[in-house]
Amino acid sequence: MTLRDRLARLDIAGAPYLFIAPFFILFGIFGLFPLGYTLWVSLHDWSLLAGDQGFVGLANYSELLGDDYFWNSLLNTFAIFLIATIPQILMALGLAQVLNTSLRAITFWRMGVVLPIVTSVAAVGIIFSMIFARDFGLANWLLSLVGVDPIAWNQERLPSWIAIATMVDWRWTGYNALILLAALQAVPKELYESARLDGAGAVRQWWSITIPMLRPTLVFVVTVATIGGIQLFTEPLLFNPGANAITGGELRQFQTSTMYLVEEAFTGQRFGYASTIAWALFIVIVLVSLINSVIVRRIRSVD
Amino acid sequence: MTIRPDAPPSDPAATSTGRLIPIPHDPELPTPVKRRRRSLRSASPMTYLVLTFVVLISAGPLYYMVVMASRPNSDITSVPPPLTPGGELGTNADRVLNSPDVAFVQALINSFLVSAVATITVVTLSSLAGFAFAKLRFKGRNIFLLAVIGTMMVPVQLALVPLYMLMGWLGLAGSLWSAVLPFLVTGFGVFFMRQYIVTAIPDELIEAARVDGASTLRIFWQVIFPALRPAAAVLGLLTFMERWNDFMWPYLTLSPENPTVQVALQRLSSGYYTDQALVMAGTLLGTIPLVLVFVVFGRQIVSGIMEGGVKA
Repeated sequence: MTLRDRLARLDIAGAPYLFIAPFFILFGIFGLFPLGYTLWVSLHDWSLLAGDQGFVGLANYSELLGDDYFWNSLLNTFAIFLIATIPQILMALGLAQVLNTSLRAITFWRMGVVLPIVTSVAAVGIIFSMIFARDFGLANWLLSLVGVDPIAWNQERLPSWIAIATMVDWRWTGYNALILLAALQAVPKELYESARLDGAGAVRQWWSITIPMLRPTLVFVVTVATIGGIQLFTEPLLFNPGANAITGGELRQFQTSTMYLVEEAFTGQRFGYASTIAWALFIVIVLVSLINSVIVRRIRSVD
Repeated sequence: MTIRPDAPPSDPAATSTGRLIPIPHDPELPTPVKRRRRSLRSASPMTYLVLTFVVLISAGPLYYMVVMASRPNSDITSVPPPLTPGGELGTNADRVLNSPDVAFVQALINSFLVSAVATITVVTLSSLAGFAFAKLRFKGRNIFLLAVIGTMMVPVQLALVPLYMLMGWLGLAGSLWSAVLPFLVTGFGVFFMRQYIVTAIPDELIEAARVDGASTLRIFWQVIFPALRPAAAVLGLLTFMERWNDFMWPYLTLSPENPTVQVALQRLSSGYYTDQALVMAGTLLGTIPLVLVFVVFGRQIVSGIMEGGVKA
């Protein structure tokens, strides 16, 4: 075999690995290693300034189980997640249906519904905290027109959840609608035609054809919304400007778990404990994703 | 959720039609979507009314941002709230750009640098790896591809603490490098490019180049990469948007003297006495670059989202 042949052979065998190596090396260092190392740190008494103070086993985990602030943050996270996600998915489904018609200026409408994603989450937080200001905000002014008394949006629990959920939905509903629209367009038209011949009405068609056909996409949309919802951080942080923004209001009424993680890590300087919160959250995300996919999977049993 | 290399959750077209890969469409060509439109019921006036309402809600908060950015501070706390723009935009913008508290111009430059570097590396490295996954045969290909898809499920936010420690060890804490290093590659990018290359690049093109004696790297650089322009543009746009808008990690890692725009906005809005007009002008300045990108490339962004279930 000539040198040239050897090189060519080496090229064929080695090039693929060379091409995928940068991705895996960089992801390994800055993605996978930190995630695994979080587990290691969580088993230690580890502070920002003093460093590793020794192995403590599961002590951080048992402390977490009895930590009211953590459970409070988890409650807030879930409440906001549910208040935001359910209407978001329903509105996105409806909007996808509306967009799935023969429209003039189709690109304009599609761009119009995803316009909010050009707005950064920080900007969303700032703009909406102005809209939800108690004394001079647009939301309370509009409510006053129909006779509702001013609501202290960022001081009471339920109103603060609703306000934050509104920010999330404003930014993401149109985006989800476009993904669902792409799935709608892939549903074969023959299915509807034969259903019509069988005498199925619009509602029946929607429930027996559209929803089952959208199922995989719904799983995706719900999963992304879940992961995003459980990591919610910026909107609630900016909803409460001031020195103690990280506590999510004076009574921690809208502190999410990611905020609590950051508070413990950087304000409390407890890296070990913060890492424990991180792993607990990771487990929660996995559990909720599983529950989600079970629920969405059941939809198929309708037909 | 089941994850298979050929039918990932992020690919609505694949899972609902049995077609494994969405056909990437060139905006210049008639698309399957357009062909199908003919058989759709045509839109009623009611449809346009609903859509107009939705678009108004989409644009409303952005309009309100312009209103408040262009008013003197005293107007912002007045009741009823101002609903039309005022004449102070220049003054407010000037005050942000020359703020003694926040290095806003530096922040704009920093955001641009961080976003641009991440965009270039994500597009280049995703094309390289995407090409290998789409067209090259090698041992363990499916497992590696599965690993790539798996990385999309890893919430980077939850690795914050070690990432922060890592930047300290590397001596990069507070520097722009620390803001950009965790985002040089994305699993989504690799997957997105792979899907495009599988359908858009014929095998014959690669075989012909090989017969001519070109090395794999040369084939990639001279034959494949130029053909990837449409997909690279979409991926680049989405990556740029995501990095420009990112808040959490830069907020934790960057020093107040050297922020990105989003971090600067948080610092502007978190003082004891908040100058709302100033904050709004800053928010507007930080949003304008992306609005411009959206106006110019909106069509590509929309098709990118519809093709890939893109997280922007």
